[in-house]
Amino acid sequence: MSFPWAKTYNPQHPFTKWMDERLPVPRLVYNAVGSGYPVPRNLNYWWNFGFMALTCLALQIVTGIILAMHYAANAGVAFDSVEHIMRDVNWGWMLRYAHANGASAFFIVIYIHIFRGFYYGSYKAPREMVWLLGVVIFLLMMATAFMGYVLPWGQMSFWGAKVITGLFGAIPLVGEPIQQWLLGGFAPDNAALNRFFSLHYLLPFVIVGVVVLHIWALHIPGSSNPTGVEVKSESDTVPFYPFFIAKDGWTLGAFLFLYTALVFFAPNMLGHPDNYIPANPMSTPAHIVPEWYFWPFYAILRAFTFDFFIVPAKLMGVLAMFGAILVWFFLPWLDKSPVRSGNYRPLYRKFFWFGLIPAMAALFYLGGAAAAEPYVMLSQIAAFYYFAHFLIIVPIVSSIERPEPLPFSITEAVLGHDEKPASAPAA
Amino acid sequence: MIRILSILVGLFFTVALAWSFGNGAYQAITEPAAPTAEHEFHKHPKELELASNGAFGKFDKAQLQRGFQVYKEVCSACHSLRLVAFRDLKQLGYNDDEVKAIAAGFQVPGLDPATGEANTRPGLATDYFPKPFANDIAARAANNNAVPPDLSLMTKARHDGAAYVYSLLTGYQNQPAELLKKFPDSKTGPGLHYNPYFANLNLAMAPPLTAEGQVTFGDGTKSTVPQMAKDVSAFLVWTAEPKLEKRHQTGWPVLLFLLFATVLGNLAYRNVWRNEKH
Repeated sequence: MSFPWAKTYNPQHPFTKWMDERLPVPRLVYNAVGSGYPVPRNLNYWWNFGFMALTCLALQIVTGIILAMHYAANAGVAFDSVEHIMRDVNWGWMLRYAHANGASAFFIVIYIHIFRGFYYGSYKAPREMVWLLGVVIFLLMMATAFMGYVLPWGQMSFWGAKVITGLFGAIPLVGEPIQQWLLGGFAPDNAALNRFFSLHYLLPFVIVGVVVLHIWALHIPGSSNPTGVEVKSESDTVPFYPFFIAKDGWTLGAFLFLYTALVFFAPNMLGHPDNYIPANPMSTPAHIVPEWYFWPFYAILRAFTFDFFIVPAKLMGVLAMFGAILVWFFLPWLDKSPVRSGNYRPLYRKFFWFGLIPAMAALFYLGGAAAAEPYVMLSQIAAFYYFAHFLIIVPIVSSIERPEPLPFSITEAVLGHDEKPASAPAA
Repeated sequence: MIRILSILVGLFFTVALAWSFGNGAYQAITEPAAPTAEHEFHKHPKELELASNGAFGKFDKAQLQRGFQVYKEVCSACHSLRLVAFRDLKQLGYNDDEVKAIAAGFQVPGLDPATGEANTRPGLATDYFPKPFANDIAARAANNNAVPPDLSLMTKARHDGAAYVYSLLTGYQNQPAELLKKFPDSKTGPGLHYNPYFANLNLAMAPPLTAEGQVTFGDGTKSTVPQMAKDVSAFLVWTAEPKLEKRHQTGWPVLLFLLFATVLGNLAYRNVWRNEKH
């Protein structure tokens, strides 16, 4: 589906005509990311991060495939094969740093993309499927990144794998068998490393598949926009090509500039030094921390320090950690406000900027801090707000809030006036 | 309905968190964490200026050669350098003959070609630095029950890298009287050495660099303890990241290209949108 005024593909060259009648891939591209896709003209720069995320995914797959040509997934040689890449493979150091920092860049972009959705209500009808698929992509990314971090088989790889698979051990009765089944042993070893490598290679392609669905689902209603008012007429939109290709293109350049600065001048800044020590099951690192992009959820995991009635603290932490992401799946139905954009929601906006953002920033910091006071108590406060925000505040705010008046249309928001059809109800 | 369920689930998590918080706060007040010697006397590494620091950083080859000499004559008695091959030393400015001579100066594990018996032979340029101990048990036995870690990646495997190595090598001292007064149980144990730059303050490694002139540098540099420590730290930056210089050299053209492309892209964007309000 698209808007009636969307341009139609009209091949001129004999070859493109021939192709269009047999395998209309050019038509598909034209309608998906070409002139055939009308996009709200008022998108701001927060809408540029989807395109960047897609670029990151492509970058990770390309660098990852080449790295896999030189990496050996065997607990005996994995660490040294990574050093072989760093020292002996032509440009291997660049590929590995591009891949490791590419994961970080991907997560920076995706977190901004997700929080754009929170603020502008991108998850609301008719875009629930876009949102649900997006959360699935995020979960797949987390699984992929976690397994990728295990592959160098350094100290943090090993102990991270032990801690994270140990979380399944918190499940009552069946926890320990499940943990052993996942690892293929009693502790992370060759069996775990091999299956993690296999899945680390597989999951990115699953992500590609879900991304295709994500974009497909997006193209049914079309992109949302900062006013949250749906597209009404042709004057509300511009074609994706050339307008948004040009806009996405130049911000992609700016993004790549920052990313390559990281790759070439601070490639280990976001990593942990302990992962340059080969895995040693006999020596536990002083602080076991996952990569920075897991810190908010790691902070939530560690915030539960006392058994809650019959629920052991560890199980509580595991439930909360997974629950913290699973709650996003229900957001379209928890937030019943008919107004999408935070720009017109005075109360929601306050809770977003002065509640969710500081709580999330605190969780990001605290997840990487030592498991000691005052960090634990601070992460309890931040996690308290996190759950209260999504499960209590958002549903209540959406019931009691009086939204500000919406513009009649995107055109009115941009130009200050629009020709209202006589039959239009007062907005 | 879903919102009522949501609020109940929200209450479950928030009350559980409040419960943890309350218990934690009560515990923090009634049993405050005891101060520890590690917490109060551990020091952050000293500043260390090396030619390889910063985005324009390059290796100072003369310094790396001096550092290699310190490794060879002092550190290599206990510490391996298993990821570095003799051929890699060409990057320090040695020529082929010098590399062969250095390699031949090390005995590496080999096989007797006549009998197949394990033996040792002089190293070749293609060999890696041999390990000083046959295995970890032998290493422990000779070093007060501590295995001397491999040094190949040392400056990437510790916070503050080279500055940490330098601080540790120059940080040995007597235990402060203040520490013993405050923590009488924290006296440095037998066979250990007090060093405030080490995480738990007490280190099995005896001070390796102790006297001026311990190593005689070929280039006439005065071999004070800080000088030797600095040079070997610089050398270990190279062993951990031999491609550092190439990385810096590649990074600048890449950044300049992307800057150019971004400016060009921005101009294209302005041009495309010049007649469209948004």
